[in-house]
Amino acid sequence: MSDRRTICVNINGKAYEREVETRLHLADFIRHECLLTGTHVGCEHGVCGACTILLDGKTARSCLMLAVQADGKEILTVEGIAPNETELHPLQQAFQDNHGLQCGFCTPGMLTTLLEFLDENPDPTEREVREAISGNLCRCTGYQGIVAAALDAAKRLQAGT
Amino acid sequence: MKPPPFTFHDPRSIDEAVGLLAEKDNAKILAGGQSLMPMLNMRFVLPDDVIDINNIDDLTYIRDDGDALVFGGMIRQHEIESSDLVAQKIPLMREAILQVGHRQTRNRGTFGGSLSHLDPSAELPSVSMAQDATITVRKRGGARDIAMADLPMGYMTPSFELDEMVTDIRVPLWPDGHGYAFVEFARRHGDYAITSSAVLLDVSDGGKITRASVTVGGVGPSPLRVTAVEDGLLGETGSAELFTEIAEKCRDIDAMEDVYAPAWYRQHLAAVLTRRGLAKAFSRASNGTEINLK
Repeated sequence: MSDRRTICVNINGKAYEREVETRLHLADFIRHECLLTGTHVGCEHGVCGACTILLDGKTARSCLMLAVQADGKEILTVEGIAPNETELHPLQQAFQDNHGLQCGFCTPGMLTTLLEFLDENPDPTEREVREAISGNLCRCTGYQGIVAAALDAAKRLQAGT
Repeated sequence: MKPPPFTFHDPRSIDEAVGLLAEKDNAKILAGGQSLMPMLNMRFVLPDDVIDINNIDDLTYIRDDGDALVFGGMIRQHEIESSDLVAQKIPLMREAILQVGHRQTRNRGTFGGSLSHLDPSAELPSVSMAQDATITVRKRGGARDIAMADLPMGYMTPSFELDEMVTDIRVPLWPDGHGYAFVEFARRHGDYAITSSAVLLDVSDGGKITRASVTVGGVGPSPLRVTAVEDGLLGETGSAELFTEIAEKCRDIDAMEDVYAPAWYRQHLAAVLTRRGLAKAFSRASNGTEINLK
């Protein structure tokens, strides 16, 4: 006898209407109900940052929200960052060019976190970048490449390439 | 790690929310979710009903009352961070908020939620204690005000009843030109601090301290005002020697001990951080002078 609701969430420009248990958290909704497995589930208690998504344009940890709370909201996940099937977003391209990912588990959270950060702070210092990703754990400890990628991406975005 | 089953409610008004609280025996209010959601995921809490108050517009405001800023319980930490009014009128809160978690958690986490959760090292309860805030709680058919000094009943236990919820927080202002500092020590940026110190000082024309508020977080079971330090500062002229000597009184606080830090270490941090906080606050006060600690 579970508590269920029908919700409609817009993810990466597409509407997903599903009937879900109210206790389902948003990360599991995105992965299991919408089959968008780019959003990763690491710790499920808000420490690792791997499940970071953009909710109405602002970052949030999708494991710390219920799916029903996203009813009627707009979400951007890692799958929605690239402009099309063949091109990467400048931030993603910078990650590829600067070895910003090793195993890739933390990458979706790093990208979504940095999208919001670079939008607000287009010309950051290295220290600011490190602080911005302090809520995202990379267990490959590949932070050097990630920081280099973020700084490179800032330059590319400012140059409009 | 998945939340246990519960019945979900998303009221649109405060009356509806407190009505549900009155009717349900084992209910939890879901505000920003940055503490309750991990506790649900780990099944540390097993509520029969979850009452989501994210759709109540009346709880998301910052109002200038002249001698105080008043906050709705659901004001998000990021909204406090980006408020010019807060930066101008409660600079202590502005300095503290940047040390609350991470941007992703500040986008969701709320002022009222932080006071209800009442972690002993959380920044917003410490700021509320330092500024002598008043918390308004509502239940079905009534409201009452609780002085921040009376809010903590013990470790992570606020004094309001299970059928009451935080709706407003009134934070009295200090005069223009007051000195302030929020300093903390955490293992990593954004972690809960092991210990913090929040300092407010009023300094007269001649450089004498006329009013002092000193709060340490993470030492006792809740944020504590250190009256021994406050009293020792009154009428004195700020100096590195004074601040070094007086901050030592923090070592007398009865401190918590856990796997993260022994009691003596928290007492030591309280003394060091309070010394730094006092120097920083005095240097910032418009009638103060630059204090350089050795």
